[in-house]
Amino acid sequence: MILFFFLFSAVTVLSSIAVISSRNPVHSVFFLILAFVNSAGIFVLAGAEFLAMILLIVYVGAVAVLFLFVVMMLNVGVDKIKTQTRKYMLSGFLVAIILLFELIFSFANLDIIIQKPENNLEKNTNTHALGNVLYTDYFLPFQVSGCILLVAMLGAIILTLRKREGVLRQNISEQVSRTKEDSIKIVKIGKKL
Amino acid sequence: MNYLEYLPIFVFIIIALGLSTGFALLSSFVGPNKPDKEKLSAYECGFPPFDDARGRFDVRFYLVAILFIIFDLEVAFLFPWAISLSSTGLAGYISMMLFLFILTVGFIYEWKKGALEWE
Repeated sequence: MILFFFLFSAVTVLSSIAVISSRNPVHSVFFLILAFVNSAGIFVLAGAEFLAMILLIVYVGAVAVLFLFVVMMLNVGVDKIKTQTRKYMLSGFLVAIILLFELIFSFANLDIIIQKPENNLEKNTNTHALGNVLYTDYFLPFQVSGCILLVAMLGAIILTLRKREGVLRQNISEQVSRTKEDSIKIVKIGKKL
Repeated sequence: MNYLEYLPIFVFIIIALGLSTGFALLSSFVGPNKPDKEKLSAYECGFPPFDDARGRFDVRFYLVAILFIIFDLEVAFLFPWAISLSSTGLAGYISMMLFLFILTVGFIYEWKKGALEWE
C-alpha cells in the first residue's frame, strides 16, 4: 500500500507542477485532470471511498470540462500569460503562504484527523457514516449548500444568458392552435367566359 | 479496508496504459516519418487556413456546463441520502425534500427563462 501511496502522490505532485509550467493551456487542463484522478487514488488509500468517487464524478467529470471551456473561450496567448505572471506574483505568494499555514496547522493537529469515529468502519461504509449525520445533525449546512447551488445557478443564467433577436423558433402550441379560418383565405374567382 | 476490490481497476489501468503507450511508440518507431512543410500544414479543403485552429467558443456552452455541474452536485448529495434513509427516517426525508425544493425553484427559473433552449 505504501508503494501505491508513493505512486499516486508522486504523479499528483509532478502533474501539478506540469499544470503551472506547461506552455499550452489545454495541456495544463489535462495535467489537472491527471492530478484529480491521482488524488482520488490517495483518497481511496485513506479509506475515504465516497470522497474519491465524488472527486471523480464532480471534478474530473464536470469541473475539468468547465476549465476546458474557459481555456477555449478566453483565447489566452502564452506570451501574454508570461508577461503578466509578475503582476500577480504578490497575490499568488499570499495564497501560497495561507495554504502553507493550513498545512502546518493540519500537521500540528494530526491526532484529531487520525482519531477514529466510534462506529466501526468495517461494518459501515463511509457513505453510510456520511449519510447518517449529513441530513439530520448537519441540517443547516446542508440547506445552506442547497442555497449556494441555487445562487450559482441564478448567477450563471443572469451572467451568460443572451437572447438573440431575430431567431426563428418553433412554437408548438401556436402551430397546434391554428384554425382553418385564420390561415386560409378563400378568394372567389368570378367566371369570365 | 479491503483493497482487493480495486485490483480489477488497477489491472485495467495497467493494460490501458500499456496498450496506449505501446501503440504510440510502435507507430513512431516502425512507421515512415518524412515530414515536410505541406504535410505539416493544416489541411483546409485546398486553401490555406484562415486563422488559428483554437477558435472561441460561444458562452452558452459554458452555461450548459455550469448547469450540469450544479445538478451533478445535487445528485452527489442524493447518494448517501438514499443509502442511509432507513436510519435517518422522516427527518432525513424532509431535509432532502427541502433541499430538492430549493433547487427545483432554480430549475423552474431556468426553464422559464429559456436557459435550457438552444435557439
